[in-house]
Amino acid sequence: MEDKSAPFNSVPGMDVPSASSEEPAMTRRECLKRSAQGACGAIFVLACGEELGALAQMAGTPPEGEKYDPFKHEWVYLIDISKCIGCGSCVRACERENNVPPHYFRTWVERYRITDSEHPLVDSPNGGRDGFGPEKHGEEGRKAFFVPKICNHCKFSPCTQLCPVGASFRSPDGVMLVDEERCIGCGYCVQACPYGSRFIHPVKHVASKCTFCYHRVTKGLPTACVAACPVGARRFGDAKDPDDEVSQIVATQPTHVLKPELLTGPHCRYLGMSMEVR
Amino acid sequence: MEIEVTGYSFPNDIHILWSLMIVMYPYITGLVAGSFVVSSLYHVFGRNELKPISRLSLVASFGFLLFATLPLLNHLGHPERGFNIIITPNFSSAMAAFGVFYAAYLIVVMLEIWLIYRKDIIMLARRSRGIKRAFYALLALGVYDTSEESRKLDHNIVVVLASIGIPMACILHGYVGFMFGSVKANSFWSTPLMPIIFLCSAITSGIAMVVVLYQILSKLNGARIDPECMQSLCRWLWMFAIITVTVELLEIISLAYERSEEWMVVGPLLGGKLAFSFIGIQLVFGALIPIILLGVVVLMKPFLTDPLRNTMAFVASLILLVQVLAMRWNVVIGGQMFSKSMMGFRQSYDPGLFEKEGVAVAIGIFVLPFIFLAIFNKFLPLAEEDVEGDGKASAAEPQAARGA
Repeated sequence: MEDKSAPFNSVPGMDVPSASSEEPAMTRRECLKRSAQGACGAIFVLACGEELGALAQMAGTPPEGEKYDPFKHEWVYLIDISKCIGCGSCVRACERENNVPPHYFRTWVERYRITDSEHPLVDSPNGGRDGFGPEKHGEEGRKAFFVPKICNHCKFSPCTQLCPVGASFRSPDGVMLVDEERCIGCGYCVQACPYGSRFIHPVKHVASKCTFCYHRVTKGLPTACVAACPVGARRFGDAKDPDDEVSQIVATQPTHVLKPELLTGPHCRYLGMSMEVR
Repeated sequence: MEIEVTGYSFPNDIHILWSLMIVMYPYITGLVAGSFVVSSLYHVFGRNELKPISRLSLVASFGFLLFATLPLLNHLGHPERGFNIIITPNFSSAMAAFGVFYAAYLIVVMLEIWLIYRKDIIMLARRSRGIKRAFYALLALGVYDTSEESRKLDHNIVVVLASIGIPMACILHGYVGFMFGSVKANSFWSTPLMPIIFLCSAITSGIAMVVVLYQILSKLNGARIDPECMQSLCRWLWMFAIITVTVELLEIISLAYERSEEWMVVGPLLGGKLAFSFIGIQLVFGALIPIILLGVVVLMKPFLTDPLRNTMAFVASLILLVQVLAMRWNVVIGGQMFSKSMMGFRQSYDPGLFEKEGVAVAIGIFVLPFIFLAIFNKFLPLAEEDVEGDGKASAAEPQAARGA
């Protein structure tokens, strides 16, 4: 059902063309034209703390004939807890797509088991990358489920608020991004993220996190994790598109966000979430 | 890779990110603010008995200020971009305000020191020859007026600068507390009490540092420790130590009494992984002992000899310096020990001796202000000129009269 209207979810992971190789090359005239436009915008870009420049760098080249306008979209992410089987395909796909260093995660999957004890049993071995082992004797829960997690791309994100140099910023389409050329690597944003979505890249020494695969979504492709999910537990949509299925679900069905009491305004919604989830 | 986390931590929450360097940073800025407040007690609030340490405390504040940024820079992933905090700040960031506060405070302290030492600089310029004379002449900035009138003007400006300096020192350090207190993701840090806790402990550490420095300087100069001055310092130190421990406990007690969600993870942390540095050092050894010692000094003044009082004050001050360091450790490292999943603890953190952000580097950075003070003392006396037995400074007095 979810494969019909949402453009992203209709693209099976295997058929997604690779980011760089199959795009037609820009013509020289167009290149010059864009350079001129770029030059005019340069002063504005500088005034905006180079945010837009960084945005342009991170965004992929839009498909021929259709210019990506970040002001026309607002990306939302929908996770259906009842569908996730904890296979870890998403974690592996993200790792491949974004060169995520080992033992750090832009997305991960948690396993919750609600037992008779006071606290739920939660684990995420290696971020759920390699799936989950069988339950040990005595750990069988009354209910058990998997919770995939990513950066929530919060509307009122603490990480962006307190980045001292403005290297963390929010794009007009609602994606929180990090300008690796500006980040000083202080780690304040890592401390500020309530969801543990950020980390300091062990090689680049800058803050790193999920980008909603910005280089893909700006080309009309789904994020790597959405494309890799075999059961459709992860979906991606556009809140500004009324026909988009994800946006319809968010608008009409009860969804939840993580740590709502912090009022961070997450763009990542959960269907069928249990109150034990943090 | 050996990972020993207990409970469930988010997979990116395995390591402690802010290291010993981020412990040293608020510790050193606390000493900056604290010693400035001590010098202002004399310059602004007219506590004349503190005159013997008014210069020492001000220069000490300056010395710590000069090296306060080193631990931060050493911690940054890209220290070469560190200056961006000042040139392209993000004004919604608490950390970005640092550049403004730091620069403004640096200017105020430098001006104040220059005005206070102006007469000495001119005297020394007149007395010396050759390169030394050129050096002092340079420091004098071409102003050689030591008339009574100009000294009075100097004094008035110093009072104004010190008055501006107090709120600035408080902001400089209060904002460090705010940097932690405003992180809503971290329930141990996130309290409006945090800036107050930081400020109080900063003033405590500043007074304690001045007591230690004053006693050492007097020993080195062979000068008598002024009993009134020491007694007054002890009184202030006692008061601020009590206030500090009170607000520190207040935060913990409210968390525990409310049985808030935070307490479910902070409680086991303070009683478990942090028990030694929190209960042992910060509360019992670091607070109880010096508060008793200082209480004896303050309340039983008639029964104490000067050397006994000085020793007790010295010991209490050293312990309080350790207490404040422990408090910084418990806040910075302790606040990172649990995962933001609120269901588990991270891998424990023991700084290595020789690693980039390790113990040796921390000690090295901490020693730098003292080297600066020793060098400063070679050129301009840290001890107040009026102190009896301070030969160097008082020798300048008659010349001053002649010069004027």
